[in-house]
Amino acid sequence: MMFLQEAFIYLAAGVIAVPIAARLGLGSVLGYLIAGALIGPFALELVTEAGHIMHFAEFGVVMMLFLIGLELQPSLLWRMRSPILGLGGLQVAATTLAVTGIGVLLGQDWRQALAVGLILALSSTAIALQILGEKNLLKTEAGTSSFAVLLFQDIAVIPIFAILPLLAVVRSAPTAEAAQAGSVITHLPAWEQTALLMAAVAAIILAGRYLMRPVFRFIAESQLREMFTAIALLLVVGIALLMQMVGLSQALGAFIAGVVLANNEYRHELEANIDPFKALLLGLFFISVGAGINFALLQKEFLLIGGLVLGLVVVKFAILWGLAKLFALQGGGRYWFTFALAQGGEFGFVLLSFSLQNHVLPQAVVDTLMVAIALSMALTPVLVLLNEKWIQPRFQGAGDADGGSLVNDGLGEQDSPVIIVGFGRFGQIVGRLLIANGTPVTVLDHSAPHIERVRRFGFKIFYGDASREELLHTAGAGRAKLLVVAVDERGMTNTIVENAKRHFPHLKIFARAYDVTHYHELQKLGVDYIEREMFLGSLKVGEQTLQALGMRAYQARRTAQRFAFHDQQTIDLLGQHELGSQKYVSEAQRAREEVLEILQADKRNQRDNSDHAWDATGHE
Amino acid sequence: MNQILILFAHPALEKSRVQYRLAKAARAVSGVHLHDLYELYPDFMVNVAREQQLLLEHDIIVFQHPLYWYSSPALLKEWQDLVLEHGFAYGYEGQSLQGKRLLNAISVGGSRETYCAEGNNHFTLRELLRPFEQTANLCGMTYLPPFAVHGTHNMSEAVIDTYAERYQHVLKRLQREIPPLDPAPAYLNDWAQESEG
Repeated sequence: MMFLQEAFIYLAAGVIAVPIAARLGLGSVLGYLIAGALIGPFALELVTEAGHIMHFAEFGVVMMLFLIGLELQPSLLWRMRSPILGLGGLQVAATTLAVTGIGVLLGQDWRQALAVGLILALSSTAIALQILGEKNLLKTEAGTSSFAVLLFQDIAVIPIFAILPLLAVVRSAPTAEAAQAGSVITHLPAWEQTALLMAAVAAIILAGRYLMRPVFRFIAESQLREMFTAIALLLVVGIALLMQMVGLSQALGAFIAGVVLANNEYRHELEANIDPFKALLLGLFFISVGAGINFALLQKEFLLIGGLVLGLVVVKFAILWGLAKLFALQGGGRYWFTFALAQGGEFGFVLLSFSLQNHVLPQAVVDTLMVAIALSMALTPVLVLLNEKWIQPRFQGAGDADGGSLVNDGLGEQDSPVIIVGFGRFGQIVGRLLIANGTPVTVLDHSAPHIERVRRFGFKIFYGDASREELLHTAGAGRAKLLVVAVDERGMTNTIVENAKRHFPHLKIFARAYDVTHYHELQKLGVDYIEREMFLGSLKVGEQTLQALGMRAYQARRTAQRFAFHDQQTIDLLGQHELGSQKYVSEAQRAREEVLEILQADKRNQRDNSDHAWDATGHE
Repeated sequence: MNQILILFAHPALEKSRVQYRLAKAARAVSGVHLHDLYELYPDFMVNVAREQQLLLEHDIIVFQHPLYWYSSPALLKEWQDLVLEHGFAYGYEGQSLQGKRLLNAISVGGSRETYCAEGNNHFTLRELLRPFEQTANLCGMTYLPPFAVHGTHNMSEAVIDTYAERYQHVLKRLQREIPPLDPAPAYLNDWAQESEG
């Protein structure tokens, strides 16, 4: 009962607050945070202990990193190494130094100041990426730079965990179950820990490369869609557990796994399955952050906490802005980057409790900082709103108002203008022609053995059921220009077309029709170009037959083309009648006879209407 | 106002600099109908009935094309072979095109100076266009002097732009009036220039 009640409260809060916030232009993150604050212990008191929910919901961040990894091929990641190390490294180093310096100046012990500096240097991956994603900025310069910094921070968490216990004022043996709770190897010597850590990462990479493909294939062949959801979740949960065991950041492990699977043809199906979970868990996470804000403490220490939040945001803002300038982020993008990252992060919470357990920081400091970090996170969507309303308009018209120009070699490289659904005999020819002409295509097919066969020829093909809107979405339908539906089953074709029309109205749709009635069905669904699957091949064989019977090649060719022309006219004529109606059937009969008559008349006269002028008898 | 139909033929417009700009300029003139043959008939199946109908609706027919081997690209020749039928365009009952005007708007690699008896091309452009002229005659149409862009091989963008502008000028003037034929200007370029100045 408890569980259902809690689930009901959280879901209701989200469902009510988020759409309202979105409508008011505040963005979903702020909506969740407000919802959380409202149901929290300091307002409606509907939930009293948000801590355990937050712990659970943090898993949304792990899923988010996994999904980002899926979008990022290893080669792209390698190309991003300089912003990750440069921009990210400098951000962490500079912020840590600045905060530590201020702490020491204010008379804090240097070790405590350094601990706080390390903790506050981190930003919130969840908030920054959610906001940038919502504004469609992830693939801009500002988006990739923000991501580079966040990724470095995720990596930096590992050494920070190692350093913090050394800063303890009262030296005590680091408690084994600290924040790396669950890590079963802390009692081992350091070199063995390191070796195990390496082994775990290697295991992820090797399994991702060699093991997952046959596993996915096996699952796909079962034809049970929920099994794919299960394996996707199992994968992420498994990685998280493994990472926890060796004491590595779960998010980082999930990210590595994502990158390894970025080339996998089941990627889009994985994305489509995990995405809803990620979105819900992240929402839950934001709600729990909102609920966790200790308003009582805030009231009591208003000036201190207010000063801390302000100081934190200003220091981070200044450093980020300077770095953005140093790394030549242009125009409006510089501000997007700065605003998105100027807050404390969810890792801050974890590190704070870790510091408490290891006697690095006293309880009072930890409590105050918890509130400060949560408030700085809540402040971010507000600041972003200000940026959007007041600062960005200044860059309008400069051409790069939206977070800088789109980067070609960033996250966006995998976008293709064309998506081909169904890669059987029909789709393959379409795909080969396009690829031969340098047009990248994204191919979706839902037959596992089929994919295996085609992959060997070097096509970029993804497993998935294209009648699902999510899958089309992850395949990039929102950014593609054209969808080619080359599926061999008419019901399936119609479903895909209907979904694509509903969710991606900008897409041009070309489709393969089974026969004339299917042609008309597709026409009514608004398909832009339709070709009957057997028509052109059969026509060609007919032409060759005429030629074999003695007709000269060019004449045979034109006869066939003329036949096709009249046939198309018949189809168009029939299209005006209700499908399957009496009229349709009789018209079809009449039209077919008419075409026959025209063609036979041409034959009798030894000439035809259009080639009249070539006939010697036509000249006087 | 004279209705102008441009029968435009270029098999590789994506590589063209001059004809691309000329076609764009022509499209921008209101009332001018530019008919892109290679785009409409990629498999050379010219729809004769439709083309004849279009001819009936216009007063001035322009063949716009690059000059290939002193003639038109293949599809425009195909178009002539098929559309200008006996009984429609010529012959006892073929009176449909009587009184209309025909001209070529062409781009040529060689300079204007090479198109003369002493030059490499040995004939003037007007002389080389005689098959078009006689086609017009047989159909009862008046053949007008060509609009021509010479020396397209290494023409600067700026010069192309002035030609495009001049072409627009010619088309607009043709909508209002017909150039004098006795004596006729060698090129319609000259006629347009004279009115500009």
